[in-house]
Amino acid sequence: MNALNIQKGATSHSAYDLRDPHSQVEESHTLAVLVENEPGVLARVIGLFAGRGYNIDSLTVAEVDHTGHRSRITVVTRGTPAVIEQIKAQLGRIVPVHEVHDLTVEGPSVERELGLFKVSGKGDKRVEALRIAEIFRANVVDSTLESFVFEMTGTPAKLDAFAELMQPLGLIDLARTGVAALARGV
Amino acid sequence: MSRVMTGAKMVVEALRDQGVDTVFGYPGGAVLPIYDELFQQNDITHVLVRHEQGAVHMAEGYARSTGKPGVVLVTSGPGATNAVTGLTDALLDSIPLVVISGQVPTFLIGTDGFQEADTVGITRPCTKHNWLVRDTAQLSQTIHKGFHVATSGRPGPVLIDIPKDVQFAEAEYVGPKQIEPATYQPVRKGDINIITQLVELMEKAERPIIYTGGGVINSGTGASQLLRELVDGTGFPVTSTLMGLGAYPASGRNWLGMLGMHGLYEANLAMHGCDLMINMGARFDDRITGRVADFSPGSIKAHVDIDPSSINKVIHVDLPIVGDVGHVLEDMLKVWKSRGRKVNSAALGKWWEKIEGWRSKNCLAYRGSDTIIKPQHALERLEALTKGRDRYITTEVGQHQMWAAQYLHFDQPNRWMTSGGLGTMGYGLPASIGVQMAHPDALVINVAGDASWLMNMQEMGTAVQFRLPVKQFILNNERLGMVRQWQQLLHGERYSQSWSDSLPDFVKLAEAFGCAGAVVRDPADLDAAIQQMLDYDGPFILDVLVEKHENCFPMIPSGKPHNEMLLGEADTDGAIQSGGAVLV
Repeated sequence: MNALNIQKGATSHSAYDLRDPHSQVEESHTLAVLVENEPGVLARVIGLFAGRGYNIDSLTVAEVDHTGHRSRITVVTRGTPAVIEQIKAQLGRIVPVHEVHDLTVEGPSVERELGLFKVSGKGDKRVEALRIAEIFRANVVDSTLESFVFEMTGTPAKLDAFAELMQPLGLIDLARTGVAALARGV
Repeated sequence: MSRVMTGAKMVVEALRDQGVDTVFGYPGGAVLPIYDELFQQNDITHVLVRHEQGAVHMAEGYARSTGKPGVVLVTSGPGATNAVTGLTDALLDSIPLVVISGQVPTFLIGTDGFQEADTVGITRPCTKHNWLVRDTAQLSQTIHKGFHVATSGRPGPVLIDIPKDVQFAEAEYVGPKQIEPATYQPVRKGDINIITQLVELMEKAERPIIYTGGGVINSGTGASQLLRELVDGTGFPVTSTLMGLGAYPASGRNWLGMLGMHGLYEANLAMHGCDLMINMGARFDDRITGRVADFSPGSIKAHVDIDPSSINKVIHVDLPIVGDVGHVLEDMLKVWKSRGRKVNSAALGKWWEKIEGWRSKNCLAYRGSDTIIKPQHALERLEALTKGRDRYITTEVGQHQMWAAQYLHFDQPNRWMTSGGLGTMGYGLPASIGVQMAHPDALVINVAGDASWLMNMQEMGTAVQFRLPVKQFILNNERLGMVRQWQQLLHGERYSQSWSDSLPDFVKLAEAFGCAGAVVRDPADLDAAIQQMLDYDGPFILDVLVEKHENCFPMIPSGKPHNEMLLGEADTDGAIQSGGAVLV
């Protein structure tokens, strides 16, 4: 009996009604979690991921509304569609969590990450590193005769690509902020 | 009117304003100011426990039997860590609790001070929410917020950690009505469109089943009434999880009995063969579903739950309804009535015939004995001798718990207190004390096993001190019965550490605690012994020496679907493969 021909797995709290809930393909999703800026709130969010065995690929957090005591946590996570739905529902029931947005499915969004890359080298390698940095529009924020620190903002993929190119040119240290993301438009 | 007072006084004031009449607790250095305030008032009764775990289970029993939040007061460090098991238990079974713990003064936090523990850190994953209050000015509203969070949406335990200097400092008291509206406001009403779709399915369903859980009880007695109206109106069969027993009366004509691992054959087969499953406030726990891939393969599934994270967590459902069971039931009934109270009567008749066929297997039958007391028989006699009384039952965890769920019958909600989700041995005795505190004149019986009962037996002292006539009905098989059963079925009959050696003499133990006890070993004496327990005016321990190797059936072995139940010993040969042993 399936008189109403209901879509399997259709859920009212999901923006993804037509996804196959039984799919075993892992997807990457960027979640924006707006939370009350109270002590321990980040521990609650991280503890949820650790305790229930979910992945965190990237995580950023900062206060975004001082008077309203709101912080924004941006999490990039991976999982099957069912796991992603469960992560969102679990986040939503944390008491100081006000909103959970899945930027990956809620329409177009922009994602940016900042990276600092320390590259050490002499001679040709040093020149090549500077040349590639220019192509990538990276800024030199520190320089010695034997090293540069480049600063670059871009998508995580762009930072990955830059790091890969710098590897043979003497990349010795790397710091990345993790992804910050916002939906496009209003 | 400005009401400036110390933090300690605020705690008592806030509890009073929240209508609290009973607090279960244990004093210590970091809560002394609060105990000093409790000493100077008469509105709130403090029950002095013997161990903080007992306090939390008592509060659970109190909460589960009244629908009101249970309140616990413990000190810092070990006081708080001892409360952790109870908090986790309450979280898994959705029991509203407000636990107040003392903490070392704010200026000592982080210095490994005496009896310092990171209580909010330790209890973060085992509470619905918790707070460390660093400022007395925030204390009263935090307590009011705590009560709101514990009791709204899916209920659960909260913890409020109060450093000692915050208890001494003064600030203005804020009453529950003066605080700003809470931002935590879970949805209560279900989506009427999906409810209407569900009613349309109900009208056509050929093999429907209603599967209820603890959510119906948590929703309040009104929800149980509405459930009865819906079930009796539609004629649908109804089954329940362990946590939901009593929401629909066991004496009702549509009652199939409990479902799940040790549920009734007819209930599990009906779940497996249904074409429309309506889950009301249950959560597709692994004790219920068995092998998920083969769970009720041919049915459309509707799930009503106030917690969105329960939906599609284990079983994918077709009609998800986020909302309070009571509200949804009300809407379902309204829609169903307005559309003319239709059901597919012809098909329902056939469905019931099929169910009666399964029922005729008489899955709870067991081999009786004239020489030794069978645990099932003991419970049947307890049921018979307490019938018609307003009876509250608590249990420990194990075989006796499952037998109690199978052989005792509940016609009202809030009469059955058991540790379902966490399976906490040692729950029943303190829970019975909490229930008795809330219902001083009621008959409260803890159905226990010998091993579980010992885990919190120190609380007999609490029962005696407060003259709480709780009846401890111990089915004593000198074994960890459920462990032994699994070792027999899954671990090659190697009974590793599953017997109770050096058990105390329970009758002498009762005397030592200052109450009464008796032992019974002959089936012929059983009724008289139960009657003696019931008639005694005070706490009583009845040590029922039962068959030592009885197994609990029916049973769905771990990793098996509903239609592969074992009905008795004869079914067990080769029925359980080693693969099931990795599951719990």
